[in-house]
Amino acid sequence: MTETTEFEPNALVRINVEVNGRAVSEEVSTRLLLSDFLRHQLRLTGTHVGCEHGVCGACTVHIDGTPARSCLTLAVQVDGCSIRTVEGLANADGSLHPVQQAFKECHALQCGFCTPGFMMAVAGLLDERDDLRTAEDDSIREDIAGNVCRCTGYMNIVSAVRRAAELTNEKG
Amino acid sequence: MKPSAFRYALPSTLRDAIDIRARFEDSVILAGGQSLIPTMNFRLANPEVVIDLRKLDELNYVRVADGVVRIGAMARQRVVEQNDEVAAANPLIRETLLNVAHPVIRNRGTVGGSLAHADPSAELPTLLTTMRGAITVCGPSGRRTIAAEDFFEFIFTTAMEPDELLVEAAIPALEPGEGWAFAEFARRHGDYSVAGVAVTLKLGADRRIDRVRLGACGIATTPALLTECERFLTGKSPSPELFAEAGTLARDAVTVSDDSATSKVYRQHVLAGLVARNLTTAMTRTDGA
Ligand SMILES: Cc1cc2nc3c(=O)[nH]c(=O)nc-3n(C[C@H](O)[C@H](O)[C@H](O)COP(=O)(O)OP(=O)(O)OC[C@H]3O[C@@H](n4cnc5c(N)ncnc54)[C@H](O)[C@@H]3O)c2cc1C
Ligand code: FES
Ligand code: FES
Repeated sequence: MTETTEFEPNALVRINVEVNGRAVSEEVSTRLLLSDFLRHQLRLTGTHVGCEHGVCGACTVHIDGTPARSCLTLAVQVDGCSIRTVEGLANADGSLHPVQQAFKECHALQCGFCTPGFMMAVAGLLDERDDLRTAEDDSIREDIAGNVCRCTGYMNIVSAVRRAAELTNEKG
Repeated sequence: MKPSAFRYALPSTLRDAIDIRARFEDSVILAGGQSLIPTMNFRLANPEVVIDLRKLDELNYVRVADGVVRIGAMARQRVVEQNDEVAAANPLIRETLLNVAHPVIRNRGTVGGSLAHADPSAELPTLLTTMRGAITVCGPSGRRTIAAEDFFEFIFTTAMEPDELLVEAAIPALEPGEGWAFAEFARRHGDYSVAGVAVTLKLGADRRIDRVRLGACGIATTPALLTECERFLTGKSPSPELFAEAGTLARDAVTVSDDSATSKVYRQHVLAGLVARNLTTAMTRTDGA
């Protein structure tokens, strides 16, 4: 049983997290957002910050395997958790994750600002749904509606979701 | 855009959480953070103390027993949505949750957080109200249970005292053969809706409507019970004409005025359509329909 703890305003708190498979132990201010912790403190700038109120999805990362908004999470809340960011998608040998490969093949990005968030959301979706290869556009759009893209018009992103499911399937 | 500085408390028991809440004038509860953190990022909220409930496993549960679904305040919306036992006891719960925000938001958002937040456009407060569910809160003087109809008092305002915490939501199971439906109309999927409607429908042995529950979100300063429609429908034989009439009757329940995107008349129109449509869907899901 852990003890109840309290921290003064602006106190620094030590958190232990696993980020993309690497153990990290850092002191953070209690008011630091997870998105800023990743970008400013760990210099993992792949996670993008668009709106900071949960609406655009650009900052999506995985917390203990589930996609979540890093702008709506305090760094102190993820003490003891495992975090995966877009930098953790590709394999150790540099080969692309099926979602990355699919976004590349389908031309599902233009400026790329929304892309990390989309890829993390879609990677989460692949873990959850095994019907994506044949899913209707509408049902795919419903599941990615939490991410906003101002460039592509979404058509190619929907195709990339299907292609990512195909690639995942091929790999077995 | 960063939250302003606050004292951060991480209680390990509900007792400790209540003690901390009692010690400070201006504390907020951090559950899933999906409504609270945006307001802190914008500095619309600058709380002195943030009490993070994430260690309170005692509030993170879902139980189905004796015809009631009991959901601990810290149960994540997504976990409840994916719980098959809950869906078997009351399929309206899953259908409603699927309309709350986006999957990524529901991964973090809690049931207790949505109820405590008491947004009249939100789906869960309307689910609780329509089902005549109950909400249990706990404070320095102990626990008390409040009928959902009495819990939601105004926009973002509940019957909870400032020193109390929400601990449980209780939702009755549906009876065998009872039909259900939740649907809403939103400008984009996952947005807060123009209006949303929850229905349950049970027919008697004579095929007349034995019991109907009808509630709506987005149309008033609290979740709205459409009691006039309920009274109108009870005892009658279901038909498309009857359902359309119920929709027309529901229009008067819209009390919010025009906003930037939606006029009152349009909202009434959407509500009438949803009432008729959801009654029809619920009807097809009743026994023997
Ligand atoms: C982009 C986006 C879209 C959304 N769309 C919708 C939508 O369509 N429908 C909808 O219903 N919601 C929507 N939401 C809100 C979401 O459902 C939130 O998860 C929910 O409103 C609050 O739950 P939470 O656990 O995140 O609570 P928090 O944000 O942690 O808390 C919300 C409020 O409740 C208080 N509180 C929380 N738990 C307790 C407790 N146990 N006791 C006392 N007080 C407590 C907090 O102090 C705070 O004031 C959306 C959010 C975002 C970011
Ligand atoms: S930056 Fe987090 S959702 Fe937009
Ligand atoms: S590629 Fe530019 S915002 Fe999506």
